Amino acid sequence: MKRMKRKTLRLYLLAASLCLLGVAVGLVLYAFQSRIVFFFSPSQIAADRPDVGRVIRLGGLVEAGSVTKSGDGSTVVFKVTDLKNTVAVRYRGVLPDLFREGQGVVVEGAYDADGGFTASEVLAKHDEKYMPPEVAKALKESGRWQEGENGQPIAGQPASPGPAAGTNP
Amino acid sequence: MIAEIGHYALVLALALALAQSVLPMVGAARGIRPWMAFARPAAVAQLGFVGLAFLALVTCFLRSDFSVATVYHYSHTQQPTIYKIAAAWGNHEGSLLLWVLILAIFGALVALLGENLPPRLKARALSVQGMIGFAFIAFMLFTSNPFARLSPAPFEGEELNPLLQDPGLAMHPPMLYLGYVGFSMTFSFAVAALIEGRVDAAWARWVRPWTLLAWTTLTAGIVLGAHWAYYELGWGGWWFWDPVENASFMPWLAGTALLHCETVVEKRDALKVWTILLSIVAFGFSLLGTFLVRSGVITSVHAFAQDPARGLFILFILGIALGGSFALFAWRAPTLQPGGLFAPISREGALVLNNLLLGVAAGTVLLGTLYPLALSVIGGGAVSVGAPYYAATFVPLMVPMVLLMAIGPLLGWKRGDLPGALQRLAAAGVLACFAAGYTFHLETGGSWLAPLGIALGVWLALGTLVEWVERVKLFRVRPRENWNRARHLPRAAYGMTLAHLGLAIAIIGMTGSSSWKTESVKAMQIGESVTLDGYTYRFDGVMPTRGPNYLAERATFTVTKDGRPYTVLYPERRQYEVQAAPTTESAIQSSLAGDIYAVIGDHAGPQSWTVRIYHQPLVPWIWAGGFLMALGGVTSLSDRRYRIGVPNRLPVVQATGA
Repeated sequence: MKRMKRKTLRLYLLAASLCLLGVAVGLVLYAFQSRIVFFFSPSQIAADRPDVGRVIRLGGLVEAGSVTKSGDGSTVVFKVTDLKNTVAVRYRGVLPDLFREGQGVVVEGAYDADGGFTASEVLAKHDEKYMPPEVAKALKESGRWQEGENGQPIAGQPASPGPAAGTNP
Repeated sequence: MIAEIGHYALVLALALALAQSVLPMVGAARGIRPWMAFARPAAVAQLGFVGLAFLALVTCFLRSDFSVATVYHYSHTQQPTIYKIAAAWGNHEGSLLLWVLILAIFGALVALLGENLPPRLKARALSVQGMIGFAFIAFMLFTSNPFARLSPAPFEGEELNPLLQDPGLAMHPPMLYLGYVGFSMTFSFAVAALIEGRVDAAWARWVRPWTLLAWTTLTAGIVLGAHWAYYELGWGGWWFWDPVENASFMPWLAGTALLHCETVVEKRDALKVWTILLSIVAFGFSLLGTFLVRSGVITSVHAFAQDPARGLFILFILGIALGGSFALFAWRAPTLQPGGLFAPISREGALVLNNLLLGVAAGTVLLGTLYPLALSVIGGGAVSVGAPYYAATFVPLMVPMVLLMAIGPLLGWKRGDLPGALQRLAAAGVLACFAAGYTFHLETGGSWLAPLGIALGVWLALGTLVEWVERVKLFRVRPRENWNRARHLPRAAYGMTLAHLGLAIAIIGMTGSSSWKTESVKAMQIGESVTLDGYTYRFDGVMPTRGPNYLAERATFTVTKDGRPYTVLYPERRQYEVQAAPTTESAIQSSLAGDIYAVIGDHAGPQSWTVRIYHQPLVPWIWAGGFLMALGGVTSLSDRRYRIGVPNRLPVVQATGA
């Protein structure tokens, strides 16, 4: 057996790591291009509506009095508002426990060819004191933000909005 | 009074931690024996003080002393006793105290049981432990005191978040923390070894039990968390690639890599620098996890803290710990003796590749977790990085990893025989392909991911069994000798077999559940039936019931399969009185083939409710696989080589002979 030299070994290790790193960087770049979901507020949607089929997250407050159940009872229609613009959302499924009119909500979904927005997921936080940071930001941007909405002190918002938090653990 | 005793004990622990971090370190540098010996009583007393503080906090919770702010915010007189206790760590302040308590327990264990450790190494490692303890006790006392008083004391508390009132979740944080803090032990030993300038097989044997313990408990903690998410959130999912989940997953990936390369140091005295680096990185990920979860940067169920000062403090600890240890690494690592050589195709080579894959995979998870934060800091808009990202990055990296997992153990140390290994795996390969084909046939036109996942699971399971069969020479010698060989295999070998088998089973479970989950969402009238995947669910009605601190609507579903009665499910929708928060209690019937899962939602009409029903094939395999992996860890931990204190009694020849 030819004896392995330290230098050769190092070269192999280096080559293997570089190869893997290259593959990983490629995968990440590809994923960043196509697999990331952007957040929109109703006003942003009013200004520039995303293409049909593009998955986005939409955040705001559930407009009071807007929640209606459709014919078979399992499809819900409601409006998400930042108090300036509103977007009607369809959702088929069980709403999260903390979904309430007047409370913050984030929905993930896409525009259909018929021009309606269908949510595939509705995220509402477990904690009532909480408002998704994106929603808070969207409300601030629409100029309708006030601390202590709904009589609840809104726990100190982090300086920068974090990623969308849902009912995820 | 009790709260003040706890608070005072913490202050004493802080002072002691300072002494523990300075004296032994200086003593080891100057050769002052009594100073080095101080580490032992200090670590034990540390456990005494922190233990006292923790008991004080639990007592406050048990006595519902609402003059203590944490008790007021997270407890209630009506809360069942077990959740009063669990509430002690179900909040930011208390969970930090638990963190420090586990740190103190580990410190005391090293001090008491590590009689055979070289005194300098022990003094230095305990000193580094003291520094970590100091940082976290200071963090607790200055930004998040669990014993802060309220005046006037409220009459009733605000109750623990109802979602957290669950037996699985009561155990989830202690398990995760055992893991995080276990990596602090490895970190301390790595830093101590860097200062010593010596890493050898004996070092690896001292560190390995801690890594194993950390890895095992972290595995158990993650599985418990995933299981909780599965049955409690009522979405039928078990992993969401949420930043806080990633926060516990990244240390696990790094820890898994560490676990594997430690064996190389132990057996072959190679990869030493890399092992040290991984020890630092694994603990760095643990700290990063603590930062992400505790700073309020990421909002979720776990993010109790909303105070930016806390985030800054943890960031500061993270900076010092990582900056300091990386600087030390850059300075001292070149002085470590270069280790043994090996051919690229060998057990070592396979383990290196495993480490590279795990490292790169952890990197992609890290990027995905931090990218939204970074983007929002530079004002690039809010994005969410979810499952699609990880499916495109993490999953492809795990495919070669699993392929390799079956081959690696069949390669010899130093120079392996790849064609020989592949030959022995031929049967496994054929069967895996067959499994893929069969899955594809069953699926008829589904995604290619399911056949791939099943094939990988089968390949890994069979490959692992082949390795065991090789070791006991099954079918090649007399059964009696088989039995003898099987009995005398080291426990560590069984640990590997179990853990790898566990992963194989978990992979099959994950594949099944993510590829073949079916779901029906419907507004159902009482008496109505729905059929999903061969199971028919008849909605029999809803009864109001009452728990200790909640009211509930309990639905009854009679499930029949092929006309025969199968089971009865009772999903609940609970309304907790104090927090006025509804929670969903799903009803699940498990079998080997999968779970059937029912959730009841809102009223959809006067006599109808929104009902969600899932068929979740193979999900129990995930829990079984996770359990096997943790069991593998425990088995390996019980290997006599790693019993604390044993290393020195083993012939030192092994250490130098490689």
